[in-house]
Amino acid sequence: MNMQIAERESVAMSSQSAGQPVVRNDEANHDLSIRVRDLNLWYGQTQALKNISIDIFQKNVTALIGPSGCGKSTFLRCLNRMNDLIRGVRIEGLVEMDGRDVNESRMDEVALRRRVGMVFQKPNPFPKSIYENVAYAPRMHDLVSRKAEQDELVEKALRDAGLWNEVKDKLHQPGTSLSGGQQQRLCIARAIAVQPDVILMDEPTSALDPISTATIEDLMDKLKKQFTIITVTHNMQQAARVADYTAFFHLGELIEYNDTKTMFSNPHTKKAEDYITGRYG
Amino acid sequence: MSQSFDEISAQLKRRHRKSARLKWLSMGALGLAGLFLVIFFADMLGKGLPAFQQAQIRVEVTYSEQSQQLPLAAVNEDVRELVSRGWLRTLPMMMRDNPELLGSTRQEWVLADGQVDQYLKGHYTRLNDRQQAAVDALVEEGRAELKFNTTFFTRGDSKMPELAGIMSAAMGTVMTLLVTLAVSFPIGVMTAVYLEEFAPDNRLTQIIEININNLAAIPSILFGLLGLAIFISFFGVPRSSPLVGGLTLALMTLPVIIISTRTALRSVPDSIRHAAFGVGCSRWQVVRDHVLPLALPGIMTGSIIGLAQAMGETAPLIIVGMVAFIPDISASVTDAATVLPAQIFTWAGEPDRAFVEKTAGGILVLLSVLIAMNATAVVLRKKFERRW
Amino acid sequence: MQTNQLLLLFSGVLLLLGLIAFFLGRAKAARTRAAGTAMYAQPDQYAWFTVLATAGPAVAVGALGAFVMLLLGAEIPTLYLLAGSLVVAAVGLVVGVNQVRPDFHARQAIERVIRFILAGAALISIFTTFGILFSIVSEAVRFFQMHSFWGFITGTTWNPGASFLEAAGRAGDAASTAQFGSVPLFAGTFMITLIAMLVAIPVGLMSAIYMSEFAPANVRTLAKPVLEVLAGIPTVVYGFFAAITVAPVIVTVAGAVGLEASFNNALAPGIVMGIMIIPFISSLSDDVINAVPDSMRQGALALGMTKGETIKHVVVPAALPGIISASLLAVSRALGETMIVVMAAGMRPNLTANPLEDMTTVTVRIVAALTGDQEFESAETLSAFALGLVLFAVTLTLNLVSVIMIRRFREKYRTNNL
Repeated sequence: MNMQIAERESVAMSSQSAGQPVVRNDEANHDLSIRVRDLNLWYGQTQALKNISIDIFQKNVTALIGPSGCGKSTFLRCLNRMNDLIRGVRIEGLVEMDGRDVNESRMDEVALRRRVGMVFQKPNPFPKSIYENVAYAPRMHDLVSRKAEQDELVEKALRDAGLWNEVKDKLHQPGTSLSGGQQQRLCIARAIAVQPDVILMDEPTSALDPISTATIEDLMDKLKKQFTIITVTHNMQQAARVADYTAFFHLGELIEYNDTKTMFSNPHTKKAEDYITGRYG
Repeated sequence: MSQSFDEISAQLKRRHRKSARLKWLSMGALGLAGLFLVIFFADMLGKGLPAFQQAQIRVEVTYSEQSQQLPLAAVNEDVRELVSRGWLRTLPMMMRDNPELLGSTRQEWVLADGQVDQYLKGHYTRLNDRQQAAVDALVEEGRAELKFNTTFFTRGDSKMPELAGIMSAAMGTVMTLLVTLAVSFPIGVMTAVYLEEFAPDNRLTQIIEININNLAAIPSILFGLLGLAIFISFFGVPRSSPLVGGLTLALMTLPVIIISTRTALRSVPDSIRHAAFGVGCSRWQVVRDHVLPLALPGIMTGSIIGLAQAMGETAPLIIVGMVAFIPDISASVTDAATVLPAQIFTWAGEPDRAFVEKTAGGILVLLSVLIAMNATAVVLRKKFERRW
Repeated sequence: MQTNQLLLLFSGVLLLLGLIAFFLGRAKAARTRAAGTAMYAQPDQYAWFTVLATAGPAVAVGALGAFVMLLLGAEIPTLYLLAGSLVVAAVGLVVGVNQVRPDFHARQAIERVIRFILAGAALISIFTTFGILFSIVSEAVRFFQMHSFWGFITGTTWNPGASFLEAAGRAGDAASTAQFGSVPLFAGTFMITLIAMLVAIPVGLMSAIYMSEFAPANVRTLAKPVLEVLAGIPTVVYGFFAAITVAPVIVTVAGAVGLEASFNNALAPGIVMGIMIIPFISSLSDDVINAVPDSMRQGALALGMTKGETIKHVVVPAALPGIISASLLAVSRALGETMIVVMAAGMRPNLTANPLEDMTTVTVRIVAALTGDQEFESAETLSAFALGLVLFAVTLTLNLVSVIMIRRFREKYRTNNL
């Protein structure tokens, strides 16, 4: 048993260094979206991410799991440079998208975020109407030029987010008047309205009830046809249900990156196995 | 497929410029506020610092019988009009207090006339050419110079600028603030303790709370009307007295003390109260022995800030008559008195240009005291600040 | 003088009685306890209870008597009043000592009294508001008995000069009668307030935006106290600054561009008042901007908004109720500001839209009416209270609206935190 795990571990480690999953998911798309190599991050003196290398594939759901404080959210926020907002953060290593290092000085972080959208743990609709919440960003980005176009885009985004039928009669009520689950779908609609390539989701269902959670999980499954979705979750069942690939983080290190089915049925590292079977977390 | 980074960046250029403009604009606004402050202080220092110096001339003073009757005779004719009249007028009294002076003649540095003072400071002066030449000659001989102005700190108000000082106003301020403190501190702390520790959450309590916030925002001049109508007309407190001024200011300071005391009480964690209740203390014992001592630094800080505010207040005091001309230091809280800001106000209204520097000098003294008080409050807060 | 000595004597005797009460109460309690009887409270608490029983009613009787004398004008000789109080004190002492029994809850009794005293202190703030209201309204009513309310509100001429003659019953002697039309005063007040707001709101709000959104931590820690210094400068000092420094500069500048400005122009007090209010707006705005949850900013930034757009379109609109509320408070403060206008604005009621002319304000006229050598009963003196009443009503309304708005703002972000 121990021998077996040790053997799997060495296999896992060696293939991890290339950033590739240990076992490939045959149903998944394997065009590269984001390539990360030797990513290190410090908050002041403490190192929060250690030598992360990972390849994220387009039009998939990739789940990041691990005990709290393992660096999964921090890693997620490296992908659209939201960590820039925190004082005293230092980043080394490569995060490559579309052939460009997102951390290079020439890279405009606003342009990056335009292509890498984000949905947060707590729904954070703007204090504007439902319509404005969705229409605001496309208008600012000049994605629409006429009112009719804008209406169309708002409707499409709300439909894609599965919210249209619930809000079509009250588009001009404040976004904050919706329920928690609806607010979160509004935030998703807001994110997809700017037509990004990648959507980052930071524990998007942790503040929601089980029914809203199920709705959003279904939504992720639909949205992956258009977008690359990377989601952080503390809920392993959720990762098992929605993700094509799963990455397990522990104490700032990427321990295992694998096809989701393999990760949950036959993890290649002992730490991942212990976590998944509930020995800690 | 979506746009590339470079395409998006190109579109963003204009938006980034606008964003940068907002940043510079907001920075400029803060800079402007800072600039106002710098200009203000430079102006006050420039106008007020000369007030701390006063022209004196060395003359031969003859202490004779005649000069006791007619003080003008005490100094030589050639410098008579350059010596302060006000100082001359004090001669007879000085001779009465010191009889041994009689019959002697001494070389002394005496206060120069206010116009000489202004001339030496390079300001506008009413001295004619001959007088100016005389002053120049005295300066040549080393018999006229600007010396530190002790008069300004030791004497009361005067119609003659060279004799005007802030002492009586300062004492008036001290007495007024003592009354204010004696009234507003206990009432303020008791109110805060009641609202924070005892009051049931009912309509009356809410009304009291709204009322306190509202009191803090009522124009100060209306407190003056209250002082005039209630304290003076109704209760018969003497007009212009530190008592009525102090009471009026106390009502104004009350909300500041209440609000800061409540904040201080609220910052004492409930675990302390629970622990004290747990060992069998009654509510009052909990407050007296455990909560109040921990909240004390915060209460002190708030009180100092409240007093500093009261110290700079003028409008209500004018209404209750504390702008009187007070040359001597008042003896008790029921005598007519004036306070520093009111003295500044009176001097600012004097037509004589020499009073401009007195006014600015008084302002510098007032500002120094206020800054010292606020700094004390900040230090106190820093020193005792505790994070629970 | 005699009253003072009497009062001193009274206090001395009362103190003595209190001391006696303390020791008697404690001694009795200690004896009971020593005899082995369990008591509800500590001996010291019984002692304090007897002191309260002695002094409390006596002081109450004295205060009541004094109040009756002042309020109803009844003549009660001070000597009798004080002697009566002392008798009450003696009775209280006997009753108090008698109450020192094992089954008496001395501690609860004391606590009840303390609670009562504290509540009484809390009521003083209510009395203050009523005092202001009462004093202003009662005098204002007397003014409106002499001059019509309608004329006061709509009249455009303020000329109180002849009112002392009317007070002397010789109204006919004066060529012109006194006129109390307050419109020019309010026009002047609003003009100066408007100028102040035009300075304070943009500068204060933008400073707050810089400090809360852009400034590095060290700039912020430096700038906040600097702005607080601006807030701590007494208004009389600002008034001097406006009159001596700013007004001449404005006259010079206006002269240079061919305009004529009065030395008592409305611009100087307006600008200086604006400077005074900057820290007020900036610190309140800073608070509300900081209260906008960070998740709002992150939400906008994550959509590819620039920082400026995030601030303009998300942060400021979210903080808007708070900013408006701060501005209303600032307006209320500018309307009631006295020293700056008394020292730098004019005395002449002048209905004009030109800020370079001299104008007067409500507060200036209040001060003018109450510092002259007028009799208290004259219409001019009483007009100050009528003006004060309007000022009170306007500022009270502004304050209440502002409080309600800020409360709504806080609640909004509390409920949104799911």
